[in-house]
Amino acid sequence: MVPFAGWEMPVQYEGIREEHAAVRTHAGMFDVSHMGEVEVEGPGALAFLQRVLSNDVARVEAGGAQYSCLCNEDGGVLDDLFLYRLGGDRYLIVTNSANHGADLAWLGRWSRQLGDVAVRDVADRYAMLAVQGPHARDVVTRTLGIELPPRMRVATARIGNRPALICGTGYTGEDGVELLIDPEIAPAIWSELLDAGVVPCGLGARDTLRLEVCFHLHGNDLTPDRNPIEAGLGWCCAEGTGFVGADAVARARREGTAETLVPFTIEGAGIPRQGNPVLAGGEQAGSVTSGTFSPSLEVGIGMAYVRTDLAEPGTAVEIDVRGKRRPARIASKPLYPPKG
Amino acid sequence: MTLAEPTYPDDLRYHDQHDWARIEGEVATFGITWYAQDSLGEVVFYDPPEAGSIVEKDATYAEVESVKAVSDVIAPLSGEIVEVNEALADAPEKINEDPYGDGWLVKVRLTDPGEAEQLLGAADYVALLG
Repeated sequence: MVPFAGWEMPVQYEGIREEHAAVRTHAGMFDVSHMGEVEVEGPGALAFLQRVLSNDVARVEAGGAQYSCLCNEDGGVLDDLFLYRLGGDRYLIVTNSANHGADLAWLGRWSRQLGDVAVRDVADRYAMLAVQGPHARDVVTRTLGIELPPRMRVATARIGNRPALICGTGYTGEDGVELLIDPEIAPAIWSELLDAGVVPCGLGARDTLRLEVCFHLHGNDLTPDRNPIEAGLGWCCAEGTGFVGADAVARARREGTAETLVPFTIEGAGIPRQGNPVLAGGEQAGSVTSGTFSPSLEVGIGMAYVRTDLAEPGTAVEIDVRGKRRPARIASKPLYPPKG
Repeated sequence: MTLAEPTYPDDLRYHDQHDWARIEGEVATFGITWYAQDSLGEVVFYDPPEAGSIVEKDATYAEVESVKAVSDVIAPLSGEIVEVNEALADAPEKINEDPYGDGWLVKVRLTDPGEAEQLLGAADYVALLG
C-alpha cells in the first residue's frame, strides 16, 4: 500500500504484469474511489460548464459523457476530467483526487460569478470501481444483473438496491465500465465481482495500461504550466465557446508551441522514468513526464515533452536513463496495440 | 511465478541492503535476497556490470528494475567481477523465480575475503527484517 492524495492505495495485488494482462485479455477491476465527484446543477449549468471546461459542453446529450480540460486564464491545465450529463441541467464531473479540493474552489468561484448554478462536492457519496477488459461488460452484466450504457454514455441503475451511476468510460484503452456506487455496498460489490473472476488490479497496472494507450496523467503529463495544445489535447478544446483560457489556447494552436508531448519507445534495454532528459544530438531537447516498462510490448515506453521539431513519429532521440543514454524513437499514439 | 514463501538459505552470507554472497574459496557469487525481489516486484530489466570491473563492498555495482521501480544493487564484498549472469538479459524474471539459484547476478574474485566477517548469517538477517 502507498499513500496517494490522502488515500491508502494498493500498487499491486498479485503482480503488475499479471494484472495488466488480465485487463488486456479478460477483466480487471480497480478501486478508484479516490477520484472526486462534483455535481453541477441549475438553469445556468450549461453556461457555467461552457465557461470552465475546454470542450463544447453543448454537444453532450442527456446520458452522454465528454472529456475536457479545466484551464486557467493562461490556458494552463488545472485538471483533466470527465463530464457526465445525468439529465436536463444536471451534470457530474469526475476529478483527479489530488486536484479535487483546488478544482472545487475554482469551480465554486466561477459558479458564484456566473450564477444560476449549484456546485456540490459529492465525493463522499460515491465509491468508484472501474471494471475494464474485453470481458468486463459480460461479467458486470451477469454478476450485477444490470443493463450497461454504451461506450461514452452514462446510465442510472440500482446496484445492491442503492442508486448508482454506470459510466461507459475508463482509463485502460479496453472496453468496460466505471461504477459509481454507494460506499457502504462497495465491499460487497467488489467481492461479487471477485467471485465472478474479475482480477483485482492496483495503481501499478493502472499506470502501465494508461501509458500504453497514451492517456495523460495530470501531475505528470499535464500541469498548470502546460496548455492543452502542447499536450496534444487540442481535440478537446473548443475555443469558440469562450472558455477560461480559450484565448491562450487559440494562440498556442495558431502559433504552435515550443514543445510537444509525444509518446516514445526505447529501442533495446532501459526503462525510462519521469524526469529523465531527452537528448537530440547530445543536447537536452526535452524531458520524460511518464515512463515505465510496457508489459504488452515488453520494452520501455513513455511520454515526454520534446522540442516541437523533434515531435514527428519516427524521430530518433536518446533518453538519459540514470546516466546511460538509451536510444529511443518518437512514436504515434497509441503505443498499444502495436501498428502493423 | 515468484517463490511464494520467504526463504533465506543458511549457507549464504547476507548484507543488510538485502544482498547475499555465496563464498567458495576466493570467489563469491552475489545476488539479491527473497525480501529484495519481493519488495521490488517482477523484475523486468537487469543492467549487469562488465566482467573485469571492480566492485567495492557497500557500493552500487548493478541495477535491477521492476515495472514500478529501479533499485541499486549493493556489493556485499569487494573484488573483481569474473563472470556475469548473461542469461538474465533475456530472462530477468529468474531473479524472482530463483533468487539464490538461476537468479544469481555476478561472480567476484574477492580482494579481501576477511570482509565476510562483517556480513550476517541467515538468522541475523531474518531478525533484521523483523
